[in-house]
Amino acid sequence: MSARLTAPNLQLNELGKIKHFLTIEGLKQHHLLEILDTAESFINPKTNEIKKVPILRGKTIMNLFFEPSTRTRTTFEIAEKRLSADVASLDIATSATKKGESLLDTLWNLQAMQADMFVIRHAESGAAHFFAEHVAPHVHVMNAGDGQHAHPTQAMLDMFTIRKHKGDIFDLKVAIVGDVLHSRVVRSQIQALSILEAREIRVIGPKTLMPTHPEAMGVHYYDDIEEGLRDVDVIIMVRLQNERMKSALIPSEKEFFKLFGLTPKRLALAKPDAIVMHPGPINRGVEIDSEVADGPQSVILQQVTYGIAVRMAIMSIIMSNAAQLAQHQSEQAALELENEEEEA
Amino acid sequence: MSQLNIDVNALIEQMGNTLRTMPIMDRSPRMIGIRTAGVWVAQQLHDQLQLPDALGVIDINFYRDDFSKVGINPTVMPSDIPWEIEDQHIILVDDVLYTGRTIRAALNEIFDYGRPASVTLVTLLDRKGCRELPFQADVIGMSIECNKTLKVSGPDPLTVSLTDPEEDSV
Amino acid sequence: MRLAINNGRVIDPSQNLDGIANIYVIRGRIAAIGNTPPKGFSADQEIDATGKWVLPGLVDLQARLGDPGSNYAGNIATETKAAVSGGITSLCCPPDTSPVNDTQAVTELIQRRARQAATAFVMPIGALTQGLQGELLSGMYSLQQAGCVALSQANQPIQNALTMKNALEYAVSHDVVVMLRCEDQRIKNKGVAHSGPVSSRLGLPAIPPSAETTALARDLILVEEAGIRAHFSQLSCARSVEMIRDAKKRGLPVTCDVAIHQLHLTEMDVLGFNSLFHVSPPLRSQQDREALLQGLKEGIIDAVVSDHTPLEKDDKALPFGESRPGISGLETLLPLLLKLVFENGLDLSTAVRAVTQNPAAILQRNIGSLESGNSADLCIVDPEAIWTLEKERMLSEGKNSPFVGWEFVGKVEQTYFQGRPVYRDNPV
Repeated sequence: MSARLTAPNLQLNELGKIKHFLTIEGLKQHHLLEILDTAESFINPKTNEIKKVPILRGKTIMNLFFEPSTRTRTTFEIAEKRLSADVASLDIATSATKKGESLLDTLWNLQAMQADMFVIRHAESGAAHFFAEHVAPHVHVMNAGDGQHAHPTQAMLDMFTIRKHKGDIFDLKVAIVGDVLHSRVVRSQIQALSILEAREIRVIGPKTLMPTHPEAMGVHYYDDIEEGLRDVDVIIMVRLQNERMKSALIPSEKEFFKLFGLTPKRLALAKPDAIVMHPGPINRGVEIDSEVADGPQSVILQQVTYGIAVRMAIMSIIMSNAAQLAQHQSEQAALELENEEEEA
Repeated sequence: MSQLNIDVNALIEQMGNTLRTMPIMDRSPRMIGIRTAGVWVAQQLHDQLQLPDALGVIDINFYRDDFSKVGINPTVMPSDIPWEIEDQHIILVDDVLYTGRTIRAALNEIFDYGRPASVTLVTLLDRKGCRELPFQADVIGMSIECNKTLKVSGPDPLTVSLTDPEEDSV
Repeated sequence: MRLAINNGRVIDPSQNLDGIANIYVIRGRIAAIGNTPPKGFSADQEIDATGKWVLPGLVDLQARLGDPGSNYAGNIATETKAAVSGGITSLCCPPDTSPVNDTQAVTELIQRRARQAATAFVMPIGALTQGLQGELLSGMYSLQQAGCVALSQANQPIQNALTMKNALEYAVSHDVVVMLRCEDQRIKNKGVAHSGPVSSRLGLPAIPPSAETTALARDLILVEEAGIRAHFSQLSCARSVEMIRDAKKRGLPVTCDVAIHQLHLTEMDVLGFNSLFHVSPPLRSQQDREALLQGLKEGIIDAVVSDHTPLEKDDKALPFGESRPGISGLETLLPLLLKLVFENGLDLSTAVRAVTQNPAAILQRNIGSLESGNSADLCIVDPEAIWTLEKERMLSEGKNSPFVGWEFVGKVEQTYFQGRPVYRDNPV
């Protein structure tokens, strides 16, 4: 066969710690737990408040949104400001960067403005990897959603929420319902759930909204929601985009709700203490019945607060790892110098 | 490493007695301990003085001035000050006063919560002569030479062990 | 100018030849092969090819030369130099030039520039429809008159079945071969990677095999109905090989080719989002790769092409899906083919036939053969040379090769075009 080069994990530094946060894939359990634990430390356990801390004072974080999303951008900005970083947000129209040269030029220009970290959202799968490959060694990249590939911060927030309610992710049965094919969030959720050793991950929906090879993602596919929800601990509903009807993947919202909508009757099939999650904004009567969305098992609104803490955790861990790596390197250099002197 | 022949409980009791004589006690003070060992000391003082408000806890790890060198301490936990700081008289408690940098971080964090009317600094041990920032404690349990390295263990029993640098290097 | 190439192992499938022999060249043409020179022959130059292989110059059915226009990196002069460094002396350039090769003027321009470069034999392929738009028929007769050796749609297959039917029926009376890339754009649906485990994991918009096979099924039926000689380009799916096998069994005058990279790479190479592995049709599964190789071994697949697509750095300096598909492949066609011979049980003569005799037969041209009287286009290969492809040493203006860093056994040492040396390897 071919002399194929195995690419080193772009996300980790030479000490095996997170350097860029591009995807959940390839991370170890301890990486994810560190993020969840650090996020806890930003939240006041009694009031659920998140206080400002000065750890990223003097650092510059740039939010580059090639695909507009006010909601995600705002959570990132709040997280960055609570860490006391200097923040600049840019909405970049993709049309202006059609040619490769100008896309990289944009990046390098911004980098020259002393950016320490880029938060990138882009409509193309793999865009965050692309940027991470091209930034200077001291600059970090965080993926705020790339195409249909990954949305790892959102997935970590979901893990945080699950852990808050269930104590642990280990051994849970999780069902993800809806448009798995087009969802970057679901891809990242599935990877996080399997790294954190959920017992079973099920995906439920019509075949047209499933990737061709769900087994390659480590999940079980159900086309019958009632079978799929049986005895699960967590139900994650995925937002259904209008385009799916237009591109003839499903007939109508009404039929979708009949087949896959989460109703109180279907929710009753899950474990009695099962929680219901949704990344929002909710299509009531399409993915989920209002009674369920507003019911006691729904944890939909809490997810927003946790999103800030989780993003703060990831950003501070990345910058902390960079600090430790620099320290490690200077110690190594000092050690080598000492050895040389001894030899001499 | 050797156990110091200090009766920690007696020291704390004596510190509490000193505090009682101070004017701040007439101003319904509130107490904050600095995590981790400072909280242990503060808890004993708090019990002894029978302060009505719950003990506040701050974790100064996010406020350290050496983040760019050492990164985050993995044991960092949320601070918890369950009352308003604004206009309150604060008793700030730590186990060891050394360079003064921890106190700087703690004060910064306290001021992020609000503007206290006053802060009284209490420390179990004061390593004299090593200060890098201009802080002095108002109440001191015991002063020690700065070249001794200390370790406070607890919370129950609360003990102090001491290492001579020479001994340490052997 | 009389040239003798002595003692090489001459491998020419068109003459069932594989043995040590001398080749005698007079005035740019093969005069004789054997141990005795033609009567009265005295060489002006003798080359000792002991221990070397001597092959007919390779024929590549699909290589973009960047001329005319700025669609691609390089031009006819630079890319033909790259071609002969890979032993290729005859190449077909698809009509996706700028402007599109749908007029005599463009066809003639290409040939004129090729004659000026005088490095390799360049055969233009004309567009089947005007502007490759798939709507209006091109002036096929005029294109053929101007020198187009075939008609094709490059990578833009005709989507409208009626237009396709008409194009084939119109073309049949001109006895010209049509080269068809099969891809249903609606099923492709802006996909960029094979629909398999990798695209599922990476969230890359997927192209199912049915994008190719449904189009191939349609075209096979239309080809049969029109009774035209058709060549199917750059197959990528196992199922496609089966369909061609059946069509050949039914006696249809069809042939097909595969791009060399499809025989080495699979969807797994896309993990990591490296845009150098972005090609069209996409890299498919391991089973597809094996079926394509098996098809080549059994002769179902007639030819292997470079599908050379020289791109500018900017074209690939983009996220995977936004990057332009294609590989700069002229310099690796023969090395990768020999790799299959050395490592994957491909028969040497089958391999050589797929890049000489077979493509020549598809074009009905006297190339890719060392028969007496033919143009002395040949290459001398050192079968034991071990080398590594380096970006800096690539001659093509397009450096977009995923094979950079690969180690190869067997290297082109010298190439002759019309009896003239056009390439000599200078080891540093």
